[in-house]
Amino acid sequence: MPTVIVEVMPKEVLLDPAGKATARALQRFGDGEITDVRIGKRFELTIDGEVTPKLLEHIGEIAKDVLSNDVIEDVISIRVAD
Amino acid sequence: MRVGVITFPGSLDDRDALRAITLAGGEAVSLWHGEHDLQGVDAIVLPGGFSYGDYLRCGAIAAHSPIMSEVIDAANKGMPVLGICNGFQVLVEAHLLAGGLIRNDHGTFIRRDQKLRVENVDTAWTNKYSVGQEIVIPLKNGEGGFIADEETLDRLEGDGLVAFRYVDVNPNGSLRDIAGLRNARGNVVGLMPHPEHAVEPGFGPDMPEAMSSGTDGLAMFQSVLAATVLS
Repeated sequence: MPTVIVEVMPKEVLLDPAGKATARALQRFGDGEITDVRIGKRFELTIDGEVTPKLLEHIGEIAKDVLSNDVIEDVISIRVAD
Repeated sequence: MRVGVITFPGSLDDRDALRAITLAGGEAVSLWHGEHDLQGVDAIVLPGGFSYGDYLRCGAIAAHSPIMSEVIDAANKGMPVLGICNGFQVLVEAHLLAGGLIRNDHGTFIRRDQKLRVENVDTAWTNKYSVGQEIVIPLKNGEGGFIADEETLDRLEGDGLVAFRYVDVNPNGSLRDIAGLRNARGNVVGLMPHPEHAVEPGFGPDMPEAMSSGTDGLAMFQSVLAATVLS
């Protein structure tokens, strides 16, 4: 069955406390090459049947209304997995 | 006067909210998230807790639970709705209040007796306070940082929609020290701190007069009783 992948990231202008805390921890690894971390979400939706343009449109609405909150997050990609 | 408290899976302050309503003189009614029945209540409290394990985003799944379609409908018709902590997050996710709530800027859960300033008293839930009154009620959250874009913040301030502001300490990085909001109509109010934990001497926050004596939260529940009598 095909899988549709939806990726959501916190808005760039907003503080990402989880990413900031992780970035601070990563300072202990390597030589400081990693300067920042941002943590987002990846949803894998298993589809029964064919992924039609209509279904992708429907998933786009779900991504906007449920999987993300447009006050704090952006949907950055919706795609069918290889 | 019947005030309903909705229990979601993971709610944990629903009992305290029911008790606060009773102490204020109202009839407390338990409501269940999975039903479409508001049981004829006159007002609704969305309690604190971790509905649906805070999965997806705090309050996000609860905002789409069956009973919320009735709650949103009733709120849009003017029924008083109060969201406390996780309940505030649910109201924001349901678009009944503006902005969003994210992880505390310092990254840790915080519990403290928190001083607030009441900024607006023209609501169903704050009419028993006076403008500028300072109250102390418990705060306990991990994701209480209020955020919105500058334009929204200016609009909230300009329209007098900030209901409560943190005083002395901003405990979670909330922009412009915003602790609670109201909607334009004044029937919907949400805040991160917990008025239901400051309603009975001996069980409230520590006050200068005596330990655990704080009851500053009770007026929020008395307000809605007065509001409904008036309307």
